[in-house]
Amino acid sequence: MMPIASPHTHAPASVRRVMLEVLLALLPATAFAVYQFGWPALYLLIITSAFALFGEALSLRLAGRPVGSSLNDGSALLTAWLLALSLPPWAPWWIGAIGGLFAIVVGKQVFGGIGQNIFNPAMLARVALLISFPLEMTLWTPPQPLFSATAPGPIDALAITFGGGAAMIDAISGASLLGHVKTELGRGLELGAALQGQPITDSLYGTARGSLGEGSAPLLLIGGIYLIARGIIGWAIPLAVIAGALLPALLLNLIDPEHYLGPLHHLFSGALLLSAFFIATDPVGSPATPRGRILFGAGIGLLIYIIRTWGGFPEGAAFAVLLMNSATPLIDHYLRPRIYGRERGGEPLDYSQGRRAARLERIRRGDK
Amino acid sequence: MGVFSVFKRIGFPGGVHPDEQKISNNLPIRPLPMPRRLYLPLQQHIGSPAEPVIALGARVLRGQLLARPGSGLSAPIHAPTSGRIIAIEPFTAPHPSGLPIDTIILEPDGHDEPCDVVLPIDPMALEPEVIAAKVGEAGIVGMGGAAFPAAVKLNLGAGRPIHTLIINGGECEPYLTCDDRLMRERPETVLEGIRLMQRAIGAWRVLIAIEANKPQAIAAIEAAAIPFTGVQVVKVPTRYPMGSEKQMIQALLGLEVPAGKLGADIGVIVHNVATAHAVQQALRHGRPLTSRIVTVSGGAIAKPANLEVPLGTLASELVAFCGGFKREPTRLLLGGPMMGHALHHLDVPIVKGSNGLLALSAEEVGHESSERPCIRCSRCVEACPLGLLPLEMAARVRSGDMDGAADYGLGDCISCGSCSYTCPADIPLTHYFNYAKGELVRRRQEKAKSEETRALAQARQARMERLAAEKKAKAAQRKAEREAKRKAEREGEKSA
Amino acid sequence: MIAIAVLTVMGLLLGTLLGLAAKRFKVESDPLVEKVDALLPGTNCGQCGMPGCPAAAEAIASGEAPITICPPGGRSLAEELAALLGVELDLSAMKEDEGPLLARIDESKCIGCIKCFAECPTDAIVGAAKQIHVVMERACTGCKKCVDVCPTMCISMRSPETSLREWRWPMPATTELSREAA
Repeated sequence: MMPIASPHTHAPASVRRVMLEVLLALLPATAFAVYQFGWPALYLLIITSAFALFGEALSLRLAGRPVGSSLNDGSALLTAWLLALSLPPWAPWWIGAIGGLFAIVVGKQVFGGIGQNIFNPAMLARVALLISFPLEMTLWTPPQPLFSATAPGPIDALAITFGGGAAMIDAISGASLLGHVKTELGRGLELGAALQGQPITDSLYGTARGSLGEGSAPLLLIGGIYLIARGIIGWAIPLAVIAGALLPALLLNLIDPEHYLGPLHHLFSGALLLSAFFIATDPVGSPATPRGRILFGAGIGLLIYIIRTWGGFPEGAAFAVLLMNSATPLIDHYLRPRIYGRERGGEPLDYSQGRRAARLERIRRGDK
Repeated sequence: MGVFSVFKRIGFPGGVHPDEQKISNNLPIRPLPMPRRLYLPLQQHIGSPAEPVIALGARVLRGQLLARPGSGLSAPIHAPTSGRIIAIEPFTAPHPSGLPIDTIILEPDGHDEPCDVVLPIDPMALEPEVIAAKVGEAGIVGMGGAAFPAAVKLNLGAGRPIHTLIINGGECEPYLTCDDRLMRERPETVLEGIRLMQRAIGAWRVLIAIEANKPQAIAAIEAAAIPFTGVQVVKVPTRYPMGSEKQMIQALLGLEVPAGKLGADIGVIVHNVATAHAVQQALRHGRPLTSRIVTVSGGAIAKPANLEVPLGTLASELVAFCGGFKREPTRLLLGGPMMGHALHHLDVPIVKGSNGLLALSAEEVGHESSERPCIRCSRCVEACPLGLLPLEMAARVRSGDMDGAADYGLGDCISCGSCSYTCPADIPLTHYFNYAKGELVRRRQEKAKSEETRALAQARQARMERLAAEKKAKAAQRKAEREAKRKAEREGEKSA
Repeated sequence: MIAIAVLTVMGLLLGTLLGLAAKRFKVESDPLVEKVDALLPGTNCGQCGMPGCPAAAEAIASGEAPITICPPGGRSLAEELAALLGVELDLSAMKEDEGPLLARIDESKCIGCIKCFAECPTDAIVGAAKQIHVVMERACTGCKKCVDVCPTMCISMRSPETSLREWRWPMPATTELSREAA
């Protein structure tokens, strides 16, 4: 008879619950983004999710594993959702389809399924798409809120998503703020001129051009804080990501405000907040050690800043996350926490000399 | 605030806060009627089993010695009541394996006749070594669950200056309320026991740590402690595993017990409140440890209770006394839900370390889905009070790499269960570590045995070779002698 | 063109270097056999089919014999050998590990012929002529040599009883899902 080991009670936590909580936290920002970018965005979200779930089911079936329990743990849906949020809102259906399949099949199942993927599957898919389809992946349409005069209706939107709307997209699309700034700086312009007509409030509220998930900073922040409050994610990674990007931004902006974007622009534009709270915190590819998490987060933040400022792409969140994902095993190996009763190196604590001896002596005597 | 003003925060890193479920904390301690039979396992403590000193069929009196301590670390066992010894045979042990162990079976005669005891006039005037010796003779072991012979821990003061005696009234396990009730109902007795232990150890300071969820116990013990300077009650946060010795020392003094050492090595000894009570009973009244307070609780128990139970009583008697089950229990436990042992059935005796008997329903045990892949969420890392990386250790254990797990600190694991409790993937981390620890011991033993047999085989081979050589030498000698003889004969013939 | 030339030169250089290194740091004898031999029980019981432990060590080190070849060594020996040789341990190739086996002498049938303890490679059987023999569990390796020589067939192999003190936690029963992930 198999003996039953303690403990005999369990916290009300499960993988499924964790995934659903993250989806819940993403909901406000996603809903707002869908409102901003209208029907095509909604179609894209649905298509990406459908293909991701299909990819998950197919892979599990081919691997001969139970399909049901893994499919409904919500992890594939979350991956798809994060991927869709990182795509141009009016991207054609096949971008979402290829991305969803790639994220799950290549990014996750090939590595061995949930928990085994070294790289964030959504970011892996985004990078693959960006490299394969640079044109489609950089067509940023301005927000056209649902039911507004210029917004396409549900039927017109079908044309945009399923082909035939290319002319319309071309007509209205342009660069995102970060892309625009990069181009203008590259032309030798100064920031003051480059930022003409690009009020920071657009970035803050999510009414600027950009991917779905770059959307509203306050809503992303609410979602992130909810996750921290619920204990789903720790504060360390998000804070480190933000600090890692903003500190150099602040410093360089102070030194040369005409050539380096200020911290607020960096914070509200692009995918910094989304990455900080929802992507970098994906547990699988991030370190398990407390100090490792801070280093991991700071590394992502710094890389985002470096790529944005000096790299070839206007936004570098996906690259930054993938690069730090690859460093995770190393970080975890070297930054193991100190074990109770031992030094960091593993030797037992020595209370017979030095500061420790003095402290023990104080306690021994009961000194204040 | 005394000594604590220097420590900003009383606590330890990590840990968890399971649902407290102290449903029996307002139920007074009631004595359990003497059962028909008592089953006293010869091993109710850490160390070697006790050795019976009574004959089969003998009549014994209450408090009479039934089994003396075995060699090395051990503890004696006494008769909880008068009666007849009807058997000494293997009986199911209160142990997760469900295996039997040699057990003295006593049939009470209903007279509860005590044996003679010589009481010291004033136990507080006894020499420290005498107190420790008497505690050992009374068979007292750590009653918080670990069941480490208490006298040994009272003797640690010899050669090591002890500054602080910590009395563990934490009772951090959910459901259990036996220590809470004891402190509320018998604070003076507990205090006297504490002071006897303090005298035995020679500590100038006593800290009685009680979790914040037991305000009445704190008040009662504080009131009883007023006359004694140097005895101080500390309210500690309600956080599991506060009652673990290492965590308690860290929480109260900010000191960590160095790896491989004892609390005594840094001048601290921790004893449980129930142990203090048992010490008082032994020294003041000459009563050896033959009963203890047990919390009977859990969602499946009809009427939860705190019972004073003669040692050796079967768990089934306690459940019957508490009105049986009000619903089908999913799990039967001896001890708390975090570190207690699961019982296969209720025909298992209550022993010195049994602080609770729980019958939990399915909802209380939590979802019992099977293990899923680790998603590296590292809740286990946050929960581990030792600063270990349970996910990494478990991954190594699973692939058979015990040395790798040991390198990650398996040996430092206290099996508190915090990691398994929080794991959203339902990985039985603690079970993996239990297995790995046993496996390491097994490998060590097998290695020792294989080295031993190797040496034996070599010795035998050497002996065989020596014998063969001797035989050859003898044969050669005989041959030489024969030759010489023949030669001599030949020469004789020649000369003749 | 230049790239190809550079790569070719580099390949040649490195290849030469490797060749030289192989010559320069050549290991003379094979210390592996000795290491393997040190791990084996050394009782020369012959259950593996080899003439003795040194022969088996040579076969194991050269890869001719599987690391699971030694029945008295059991699983733990196989694991140690796997670690030493850096090979994957395939426990399925091993006969269901019954755990250690010990010889037991049926006292009612033993005639005190001393044949068994003359045979025992670890002197684990004690007794004297015309006296009943007893197996010392601590020294018995379970090699079964005594079983074959006993004229009254009074020796049997059995697994040692687990008492509470020797009981160890088993490996948790894992699910299909987690096993694959491992």
